[in-house]
Amino acid sequence: MSAPLNFPGEPESSAEIAREFGLAKHEWDRILSTLSRTPSYAELGVISVMWSEHCSYKSSRIHLGRLPTTGPQVVQGPGENAGAVDIGDGFCAVFKMESHNHPSYIEPYQGAATGVGGILRDVFTMGARPVASLNSLRFGRPDHPKTPHLLKGVVAGIGGYGNCIGVPTVGGEVQFDSSYDGNILVNAFTVGIAKTEQLFFGVAEGVGNAIIYVGAKTGRDGIHGATMASAEFGEETDSKLPTVQVGDPFMEKLLLEACLEIFSADCLSGVQDMGAAGLTSSSVEMAERAGNGIELDLDAIPRRTKALSPYEMLLSESQERMLMVAKEGREQEVFDICAKWDLEASIVGRVTDTGRFVCKATPAYDPFDGTGSPDPVLVVDLPIDLLTNAAPKYDRPQEAPPPRASLVTMTGDAPDDLGVELLRLIGSPNIGSRSWIWRQYDHIVRDGTVIRPGEGDAAVIRVFCEDASGTREKFLAISADCNGRHVELDPFSGAAMAVAECTRNIVCVGAKPLGLTDCLNFGNPEVPEQMWRFAQAIDGLAAACTALGAPVVSGNVSLYNETDGKAILPTPTVAVVGQLEDPTHRIGLGFVREGDIIAHMGRPSRGVLGGSEWLVQRSRSVSGAPVGIDLEAEAALQKAMLDLTRAKLLKSAHDVSDGGLAVCLAEACIANGHGARVTLPASEDAPAHALLFSEEPSRIIVSLSPGQLGEIGEVCARYRVPFEEIGSVGGETLSIEGVCAVSVAKLAHSHASALDAIVSSSS
Amino acid sequence: MRVAVVQFPGSNADWDALHAVRDVLGADAWYAFHKRSDLGGADAVVIPGGFSYGDYLRAGAIAGFSPIVQSIREFAGRGGPVLGICNGFQILTEMGLLPGALTRNAHLRFECRDVYLRVETEGPFTDMGKGEVLRLPIAHADGRYHTTAAGLAELERNDQIAFRYSTRDGAAPNGSDANPNGSVDDIAGVYNRQKNVLGMMPHPERASEPILGNDDGLKLFTSLRRHLGFK
Repeated sequence: MSAPLNFPGEPESSAEIAREFGLAKHEWDRILSTLSRTPSYAELGVISVMWSEHCSYKSSRIHLGRLPTTGPQVVQGPGENAGAVDIGDGFCAVFKMESHNHPSYIEPYQGAATGVGGILRDVFTMGARPVASLNSLRFGRPDHPKTPHLLKGVVAGIGGYGNCIGVPTVGGEVQFDSSYDGNILVNAFTVGIAKTEQLFFGVAEGVGNAIIYVGAKTGRDGIHGATMASAEFGEETDSKLPTVQVGDPFMEKLLLEACLEIFSADCLSGVQDMGAAGLTSSSVEMAERAGNGIELDLDAIPRRTKALSPYEMLLSESQERMLMVAKEGREQEVFDICAKWDLEASIVGRVTDTGRFVCKATPAYDPFDGTGSPDPVLVVDLPIDLLTNAAPKYDRPQEAPPPRASLVTMTGDAPDDLGVELLRLIGSPNIGSRSWIWRQYDHIVRDGTVIRPGEGDAAVIRVFCEDASGTREKFLAISADCNGRHVELDPFSGAAMAVAECTRNIVCVGAKPLGLTDCLNFGNPEVPEQMWRFAQAIDGLAAACTALGAPVVSGNVSLYNETDGKAILPTPTVAVVGQLEDPTHRIGLGFVREGDIIAHMGRPSRGVLGGSEWLVQRSRSVSGAPVGIDLEAEAALQKAMLDLTRAKLLKSAHDVSDGGLAVCLAEACIANGHGARVTLPASEDAPAHALLFSEEPSRIIVSLSPGQLGEIGEVCARYRVPFEEIGSVGGETLSIEGVCAVSVAKLAHSHASALDAIVSSSS
Repeated sequence: MRVAVVQFPGSNADWDALHAVRDVLGADAWYAFHKRSDLGGADAVVIPGGFSYGDYLRAGAIAGFSPIVQSIREFAGRGGPVLGICNGFQILTEMGLLPGALTRNAHLRFECRDVYLRVETEGPFTDMGKGEVLRLPIAHADGRYHTTAAGLAELERNDQIAFRYSTRDGAAPNGSDANPNGSVDDIAGVYNRQKNVLGMMPHPERASEPILGNDDGLKLFTSLRRHLGFK
């Protein structure tokens, strides 16, 4: 067969064009030597997106293998569109988290909206009905001129998409830090429910089977989005606007309902959504997983614009599109269900046994307006292996950054009035209420939100599992966490702390962690210090996931989060799915009854302030000694907590995290408007402000009926978890003996207005 | 009791309504797909929340032309009880079965939270009686009820105002955010003149079970059941 041709007007591929497409010189050389010819323009486009960091994980792949991915509950580990864990009775929870950072900085509404759309498709592509979403957001410092615009746009975009499609957004987290001034993070998580034996996979099986394109038509939006997501930002960022896609949640809702109906008719052998790198990655990845080839007839691609070239069709990231492989002779059923939902479906190719990715198209033919007639020529003919397993894989050099002595010793001077300090802290953007955000999300659709945003350490949702024997209700807990400041100070322990906080949140609402998904947001991997941080963080995640029983089942890596050479805080965001044995085990974070005892569970504080919100505000830098984490103590604490909730011995539980012990107590008071009178728990010798605001992990504040004290003490003793009664619920003031006393009404007011200064800005 | 839950493309609280009516209330309920023209002998119809046809034109505007709409019109014309929730309310105003219109919330944001409403008149869905205060969630961007001064006077004259937003103890919002969207005269729901068609922005079907922390909404469905003479 002759070599693939360029379309009229397309330039000859060259080292220069390869560089523009994000390929290194040695990568271009490798293409030439492997193919023994110059690739066509479309081929170069295909190779460049498949070899982009975003698609190939070329800098991260060798490290990801160190993450624990197995466990008796794991139904599907990494490598598919999403991971899955068993939730009993033949059902599984299917979930994943993914970043949409770069597009959201360029166009916050559409960037965030299509991030939600993409993660929803990843989950329903597996045959699961999405039941809940979370998001993890990072913005620049609160007073950065772009922050209000970006925050408002991202929140509106997440709501605009999720609210319309009818999947509740039940929680998440947000942090403001100057490291994200030029590179915000938008990480979206979705969990769905499927019958385990009816999970669907992205495999192009059955040589000769039809490849069916379903959903929105192809346009020029998002061309080279994956490559853009694999590069740093600079001054020319605004000119990247055409690489952002535009979302249509109504189309996605139709696609969701049609797909679930097609899946239950069992007429497919494989399916994959067209996400990053669109038609190219979906077809190539499906062929690779099945060990087959794919041949596409690009003349048949549904389109919404004139004169699309093969390069444009193959690289477009137009949203709301799916690629399905029908079982032999079952194509009509797919068409019928699509027609019911007013969706277009077209056969665009066949599964082959060649192991090659082959595309044909007619240069003088435009199906959009009927110009010319089809007479296709070869435009792409590449080995699947070259685009997948044989894509570049790098063990990039690592180097630990030099210790920053002056910052490590920093602890901040003691403030005069700790009550004033607490009021200020609880009203600051990183600590205060997020209700302005989650009120813009429909967090109750589908009649399942049992613990709503702000009510507990994790969201709890009821899911309906329907099979021939009837409908069962099951209860899942979900949470997303990371604090990049602690990761910056010590990537290993900081990453481990993210996992620990997330699983701790899950046990604090009465659920057992089942599995974890990660979204690893880091800077430029070609900078040895950044690569070192990444590798250290992977080891921290691995250690914590193993110690805390949360295997990694899916994930995503987002590198090159830098603008003009300034990297973000290393941010390995994690989200955990847990399950409650019984819904009556659930508890919230707020104190519920006057006279209940308040107790402290976990490690005595050493008063280490490193990375804490209080110290960052004081010193205007992420500084101090890292707080570290003892994973053995953490695991014991979480086991004890799960036992206590299952025995229904507790009234409330809230873990100590951002803001420290004082903020934890204040939040427990504010939630239901109760006061509390406590003493500081036993600690090492440290100033009061350090004990109040240290963010050392592995600590939980619980409340309980006085009669349960003995039994709870016994459970804690069995796990060797320090347990200490520190006071009781009552009154209208949070008073910490000898330290401060602040009215709960004042705390609540300050807490509620934390985002006002940002969101009331007119920009 | 037999209840049809209408399913438009883009309906997304269809499950919520089906679950509340079928699984919680115990009625015989099913989805009535918009391309069908019969309601399957339903005793009552629920038009659920969502974003029918994406709501890209005006909320509810296109659904008003869907094939099933003629059947709903006839059913309502015969006095059959119809409940439109959220997008369902918007559709009923677009169909002309209810007066007024729903416009963008005054603060221009989508808002999801619990609100309080005071029952203003008795009817098939509101036999709990005037003055009762319900706590129900809202979840909408276009919930600001609007009608002309003359329209408002007519609503009052015919006793068609079903619910007004209120404080927890039933007092008028008086300009506070107890009225979550800027609706004229704090109106949260209206009946048609014959009082068999009710449209409301808050979601009773999402507050019908203790496990959701609230079963105030179930009162509307048990009222309907009594109205239809079922036990």
